[in-house]
Amino acid sequence: MDKTITNSIGRLLPETIEGYGKVAPFAGAFATVPEMKRQAPLVKRMLPDGTKRMQNLEEVFRLIPVSDGMTLSFHHHLRNGDGVVNMVMETASRLGLKNLTVALSSVFPVHEPLVEHMKNGVVTGFDSNYMSGPVAQAISRGVLAKPAILRTHGGRARAIECGQLKIDVAFIAAPAADEYGNLNGVSGPAACGSLGYAFPDAEYADHVVAITDHLEPYPLSPISIPQTRVDYVVTVECIGDPKGIVSGTTRITRDPVGLKIAENTARVIQAAGLIQEGFSFQTGAGGATLAAAHFVRKMMEEKGVVGSFALGGITGYMVDMLEKGLFRKLIDVQGFDLEAVRSLAANPNHLEVGAGFYASPFNNGCAVNQLDAVVLGATEIDTDFNVNVVTGSDGMIMGGSGGHSDAAAGAKVTIVVANLLRGRLPIIMDRVLTATTPGETVDVLVTERGVAVNPRRGDLKERFTAAGLNVKEVQELKDLAERLAGIPEPITTEDKIVAVVEYRDGTVIDVVRQFQVQP
Amino acid sequence: MELRRSLLFIPGNNPAMLQNGGVFEADAVILDLEDAVAPQEKDAARLLVAEALKTVDYGASEKVVRINPLDTFAAEDIITIVPCCPDALLVPKVECAEDITRVAQMVARAEQPGQKPVKLIALLETPRGIAEAYAVAKADPRLVALALGAEDYTASLGAKRTKEGTEIFNARAAVLNSAAAAGIQAIDTPFTDANDPEGLVADTLLAKKLGFKGKLSINPRQISEIHRMFNPTAEEIDWAYRVISAIRRAEAEGSGVASLDGKMVDAPIVNRAERTLYLARILGLAKEGE
Repeated sequence: MDKTITNSIGRLLPETIEGYGKVAPFAGAFATVPEMKRQAPLVKRMLPDGTKRMQNLEEVFRLIPVSDGMTLSFHHHLRNGDGVVNMVMETASRLGLKNLTVALSSVFPVHEPLVEHMKNGVVTGFDSNYMSGPVAQAISRGVLAKPAILRTHGGRARAIECGQLKIDVAFIAAPAADEYGNLNGVSGPAACGSLGYAFPDAEYADHVVAITDHLEPYPLSPISIPQTRVDYVVTVECIGDPKGIVSGTTRITRDPVGLKIAENTARVIQAAGLIQEGFSFQTGAGGATLAAAHFVRKMMEEKGVVGSFALGGITGYMVDMLEKGLFRKLIDVQGFDLEAVRSLAANPNHLEVGAGFYASPFNNGCAVNQLDAVVLGATEIDTDFNVNVVTGSDGMIMGGSGGHSDAAAGAKVTIVVANLLRGRLPIIMDRVLTATTPGETVDVLVTERGVAVNPRRGDLKERFTAAGLNVKEVQELKDLAERLAGIPEPITTEDKIVAVVEYRDGTVIDVVRQFQVQP
Repeated sequence: MELRRSLLFIPGNNPAMLQNGGVFEADAVILDLEDAVAPQEKDAARLLVAEALKTVDYGASEKVVRINPLDTFAAEDIITIVPCCPDALLVPKVECAEDITRVAQMVARAEQPGQKPVKLIALLETPRGIAEAYAVAKADPRLVALALGAEDYTASLGAKRTKEGTEIFNARAAVLNSAAAAGIQAIDTPFTDANDPEGLVADTLLAKKLGFKGKLSINPRQISEIHRMFNPTAEEIDWAYRVISAIRRAEAEGSGVASLDGKMVDAPIVNRAERTLYLARILGLAKEGE
């Protein structure tokens, strides 16, 4: 066995991982101090009579030229409707390119063709913040020789800015563009709203290629990604399917257990003393977390409180709160529905920001640091409050941090919500399979059967008890779940490391080992 | 007196809901063997509910089982369910005092030595049941409440069930008065549109105003709103404190008659004030130091 090290949450890691390199072990949420200069991309020029319009992708590949071993990056704002990744990688495959790394901020079922490119050696490296669908499953089953890298949204921005994720060519799906390379996401048939996750790619890649199906006369406005960073503009028939772009998870849940959790979550926020003038809030777009926003909203209305901002993935629900005067601003790194697109285009108080502004730990201050409360999900949580959002109960990759670890680190109060029993499985364990967000950044666990407070937050525990919340020790909740459902057999895996889970500062918080069919 | 602001029906053939029934903090859960369960599933549901009673933690919620009517599976239900120690049985389609005495006898036979006596709640949901409400109410000491089931009742009347509930005014009045006369609780019919929170609030407020002590519910999403409506308001609690202090003052001054805001404070008013303060205390709504 290779030499191993243990990181500060007790995860045993190899000192070096083949295909990844030397492991910097996670040492604490704020332990790493950066000591480097920012990455600088190639300096370019464009003569007055130059043009950026290209006939097709092949021409761009030839001009750059894209060569074996390069890193190609993509954003995920078109989500499960994205057509650009498949289009570009099909071109790469057709041109016989090999050994490419795909840095795609999140991967969805629509990206299934990547699996074939991985099998054929066109793609040998993969870098992402969230993986779902066939690509996630193929990586779990060991399709790549090198481990994939799983980052956080802020961590990806950091890695790009600091030169650890060096992008050769950024291919940017642009719902609207002009022919000189100004881009936005608020008009065109594939309008998706904010282009925030593409900002670092555009800023730091050596070559930037915009791909659009909606060209407007120069100059485009508003400008999200400017002409000064875009080398080429390629027009295609269609960059994405709007049906897949609008996320389906933006409706408040009607599941009574989910609603109960949401209501308790809002009571936790209230009992923490946060429902006051200037309140700032982030919540996911899932049905249950969105329902928490609904109950928080009722409390804000009752108390007549105006919040400062809501952050993160923005839904129509948040837009409505902005328009009804419940928040002064929205800070939007990603829009989930057409209401978010409409508002971003029209409302000056709806701000589009990049992934670094949103969540990078290594700049002069990111937005998550200004959060009062964030509500996050979990597939598993352990008695040290470490959260897994990467692997499912079978050990297969089915997600990733996205902004989870970032918002948890930044917010004053981080609340993880989960059903104590999911199906027949308890969600609290002694040790989560894949640690993603460290327990030191998680303050409260809200379940349908009680609220557990991280022992680091004795102050909160006192407030919650005084407010009459059903406060229990995390171990008590775990016992309760196990009394109902029994203790699940631990998951077994193969030895091969298929993904390295990097914390937002670039240290390794855990690894994912190859999926094994459970006996 | 037990708190029965909300009584939540849980289908007796749905394991997931049986498992989660306790999380909504209803004052009572009603594990349902009757309407929620198709005839061919009665056996399975009965065993499932029996196991749920033995294994699932329903927290502070009172555990009630709605058995089937006497003319169908009531006997089998009672034999299997009673030894699993439910707090109470909800008896459907009660039409006369004898229905309750028969159930009470069967329950007594099924109870195990040392078992806490199982209470009964009568569900009145036919014109005859409403007509016999007072006789039913005083039929047996196990009976702790009358509940109104308005859906079947209006169907029998041939009246249209409306959200305003004009058509059930008489039934509500009969249930309320009979229960009060027998010294037991009156529980109101469910508000069946789960997607009309304003309608629920209006209907629950009306029930409270009329004198109901609680409401049946068929949806967990209604529970916190029902509680909010039945909980004493800050003004009611304040009024109750003032009533009690007026009485104490009068006693201290040796006067037999107390008055508040120019109105005489007599025994029924004191009773109402005491019940309000009792609710406020057990619900944690009372002022510090009281």
